[in-house]
Amino acid sequence: MNSSSITLEICVIALGMVLMLADFFVAPDRKRYLAYAGIVALAGLLLVSFSGDGVCSIFGASFSGSFVEDPMALFFKRLFIGSAILVLFLAAEFSDRFASGLNEYYSLVVFALAGMLFAASANDFVMLFVSIELITITFYVLTSFQKNRLASLEAAVKYLILGALASAFMVFGIALIWGTSGELNFNGLAQVSGQFVNNKLFLAGCLFVLVGLGFKIAAFPFQVWAPDVYQGAPTPTTAFLAIGSKAAGFVLLLRVLFVAIPAVTHHWVHLLMALSAITILYGNLCAMPQRNLKRMLGYSSIAHAGYLLLGVAALNSSGQAAVMYYLAGYLFTVTAAFFVIALVLRHVPDENVSGLAGLNHRSPLLATTMTISMVSLAGIPPLAGFFGKFLLLKAIIEQGPAHHGYYLLAFIALVGVIISISYYFNVIRAIYWTRDPADLSPITVSGPARFSIAICVAGIFWLGLFPESVLNFAMSAASAIK
Amino acid sequence: MNNISILTYIAGIPIFVALLLLLVPSNYRVIFRAVSVLAAFVSMILAVGMFCHFNQAQVDSEGFRFVQDVPWVGSLGISYHVGVDGINVGLILMGAIVAFAATLCSWEIKNREKEFYILLLLMSGGILGAFASLDLFFFYFLHELALVPTFIMIGVWGRGERKNYATFQITLYLSIGALIALLGLIALYLQSGANTFDIPKLIDVIKANPLPVNVQNFIFPFLLFGFGILVSLWPFHSWAPLGYGVAPAPTAMLHSGVLKKFGLYGLIRLAVPLLPQAMHHWMMAIAWLAIGNILYNGWVAMRQRDLNLLIGNSSVAHMGFIFLGIASLNLIGLSGAVLIMVAHGFLAALSFALSGFIYQKTGTLEISELGGLCRKLPFVGTLLLMAAMAGCGLPGFANFVGEVTVFFGVWSVPALHFIVTLALWGGLIIGAVYMTRAIRNVLHGPLPSEFAQISGSTSLWRKIPYALLLASLLLFGCVPSLLTDKINPDAARLTASAQTRKTGPTLVAMAQAAPLKSPLGN
Repeated sequence: MNSSSITLEICVIALGMVLMLADFFVAPDRKRYLAYAGIVALAGLLLVSFSGDGVCSIFGASFSGSFVEDPMALFFKRLFIGSAILVLFLAAEFSDRFASGLNEYYSLVVFALAGMLFAASANDFVMLFVSIELITITFYVLTSFQKNRLASLEAAVKYLILGALASAFMVFGIALIWGTSGELNFNGLAQVSGQFVNNKLFLAGCLFVLVGLGFKIAAFPFQVWAPDVYQGAPTPTTAFLAIGSKAAGFVLLLRVLFVAIPAVTHHWVHLLMALSAITILYGNLCAMPQRNLKRMLGYSSIAHAGYLLLGVAALNSSGQAAVMYYLAGYLFTVTAAFFVIALVLRHVPDENVSGLAGLNHRSPLLATTMTISMVSLAGIPPLAGFFGKFLLLKAIIEQGPAHHGYYLLAFIALVGVIISISYYFNVIRAIYWTRDPADLSPITVSGPARFSIAICVAGIFWLGLFPESVLNFAMSAASAIK
Repeated sequence: MNNISILTYIAGIPIFVALLLLLVPSNYRVIFRAVSVLAAFVSMILAVGMFCHFNQAQVDSEGFRFVQDVPWVGSLGISYHVGVDGINVGLILMGAIVAFAATLCSWEIKNREKEFYILLLLMSGGILGAFASLDLFFFYFLHELALVPTFIMIGVWGRGERKNYATFQITLYLSIGALIALLGLIALYLQSGANTFDIPKLIDVIKANPLPVNVQNFIFPFLLFGFGILVSLWPFHSWAPLGYGVAPAPTAMLHSGVLKKFGLYGLIRLAVPLLPQAMHHWMMAIAWLAIGNILYNGWVAMRQRDLNLLIGNSSVAHMGFIFLGIASLNLIGLSGAVLIMVAHGFLAALSFALSGFIYQKTGTLEISELGGLCRKLPFVGTLLLMAAMAGCGLPGFANFVGEVTVFFGVWSVPALHFIVTLALWGGLIIGAVYMTRAIRNVLHGPLPSEFAQISGSTSLWRKIPYALLLASLLLFGCVPSLLTDKINPDAARLTASAQTRKTGPTLVAMAQAAPLKSPLGN
């Protein structure tokens, strides 16, 4: 029972090692095809996770309670595998811009995925810390992978320093929690945390853990790294940061706040509301004047962390389900945007919004994809982003009668949405309305890229038009942590 | 009743064809033009058929016809539920006719035609679907689907120097309005405790246990101002004249004629039955804001130098009459409001189509640069004259019937006598002043020499949309019973539910409202 419960994780780690060892056997000019091997393997795992033959569908705790398999873990694991598949597609397209070590990049993506899978199931603080470190440390490398590009190195150094700081906070927080309560397991903590609601040291510990997780999800005031790292990192890394790393932060946040320390969480409702509101406003306001597309998406990802925090601050299961649904929609939306960035801005050094000028003449497919992605990020029907925001707002307003502050929060969220429309539409305007675009050479899109873009677009529409199945899954996942 | 409703076809065909057009290469002009016109035509014919068979159609227990109800997200209580009653049957007919006329008028678009037709069809289908929808979620969702193409069309195909500013303003205003309304709708859904987005079911649940007055008063401003911004309620109207002044004619026709009615329809469909006490509470406020529309925008219209801005302002002013009708909260006033909504849809579409035609011929809409056009463009000139007459509320046009009905309805509320006087003055005097002034300057007087070459010899084909819209105005003006017979029973139902609950002590504190949420049918 024990080792069989981590079959999925073991397979992923083995895949990472195989990809790394393949270095010895694959000719250098064929290394980019290793990504497709990885994709096929991961797609197989994803299918297995759906097959219900026992790999992922036996729910329960193992490893003396530190590893838990439940619908929420399953939901996030599928999300992570899906995002890794898309990121590998993206990396294969991007591979000509890596000087060397292509297969290392692929295997690091897979290792980060393993960390995320562990994070999805983490049920005590040791497991939480180990999985977070596994993710973060691989991301240091992934960020610096364009070794001859200064911005990439700069981003990696910033991420390293701030990431190390956040990790230090988190370890300190875990130590304080353990020192005061003597518990590291989430379920164990749940039983005793009520007694420590007034214990200053315990609260400080919880707060420090929150700092560490806030760094992962790029919530205010731990967001400073996000724009620089998003801008500097290679595009596939940025995409993986935006969805995989953020989702890992959220699954841990949900588990810590609602499984381990629910009593403290209910005391902190104002803190969570304030964090969410400020993150939304900060991200959106800062995104407005940005010219660099990836930097803009960095700020927009801060804003989206704020929207997701709405669902956390709602303190109800419909809020938690909304968080998961929103992340699923965000996966397809943001990956589609990064695909376009990687393909269009191939020969443009500064990755500015203006580089998209005339895209509808150069490649109608990419222009349409970018438009759909921006419209979905802005939260306009009938796309995934709208339904996700709708669920989040609904969860917030549901709590309104209990606490009127929620109405203010909902209003701030709306203000954020309105601000965001301006900069998302700015991108669309750059695509269609720029007079006399400088470059009108057609862009060829390879077959695999077409395929993965089609997956993203189909996902955006699917989650916007037929939300039933994913929503039910998210709701059952949310009920698992109650 | 789960066979596919005719309403699904009316709204679905344009959307489906829009998606099909994506596959057509953009140099096949004739094909996508013909296909778009055909789609709009089929949709219109179906709408006319639906209107004619309205009385024979089967009525379901909630009073709706042509119903289709398919669950969509069961856990949230969202379903695809469409149906018509007297309130929206006229709007759907009007919307389909205007959509067809707008598609025909799109011949003025010369660049990126494929994208334009796709957006236009999406807009038509979205708004027809929103009017047919009996589910809160789809009601909002389809409206938003129609709204977004508007922004893009104004931004890409708009004209004039202020295009970017106008696009920015209209996007901002309407997005804010739609989002505020969304907050109100979600609050309504949650406060009812019914766990359904289905409008008839919501009405039933709330009839059984009405919302406390303070909850109603809390939700109502969201709906009033959210929908109000969408309808250019004074003082949130400034996007409208400018946006319409810049928009390409088909977009202006469809938005001012059809899409803008969505907010008013929402107030009638939702606020009157669900928040009756709040409606009474806010009655005076709505009436005064409506006067703001009528007097202020009438005044502004008098001073306009651009024909489109004048029409835009007068269209904003007309919204005031509809608000006034809603504020009266009685059978006559509400029926009148619905009548004006239909009539104004035709009128606004006709006016913008004509101004678009004039712009096409002359290249300007500055009133001072125009003149004597009646001699060169007799057909269009005559139609513009008739549109102006209809705008002043002359008998024979559908607007007259609606406005008179509204005035009768509002007069029966003693508190509003003064307001009726003001509105009459504004409607008749101010309207006549700016309309006759525009007619004199545009159609009569000396013809500027640069327009000596233009010719009004348009083919019969081109005249169809104008003739169709004018004919509809005249038809409903001369035989209003076509509409009123359908409207009255349902308006009576709405007002009855609003009146009975005007009295009744249901003041419950906000904190005590929570128990109301759990029991469904106690």
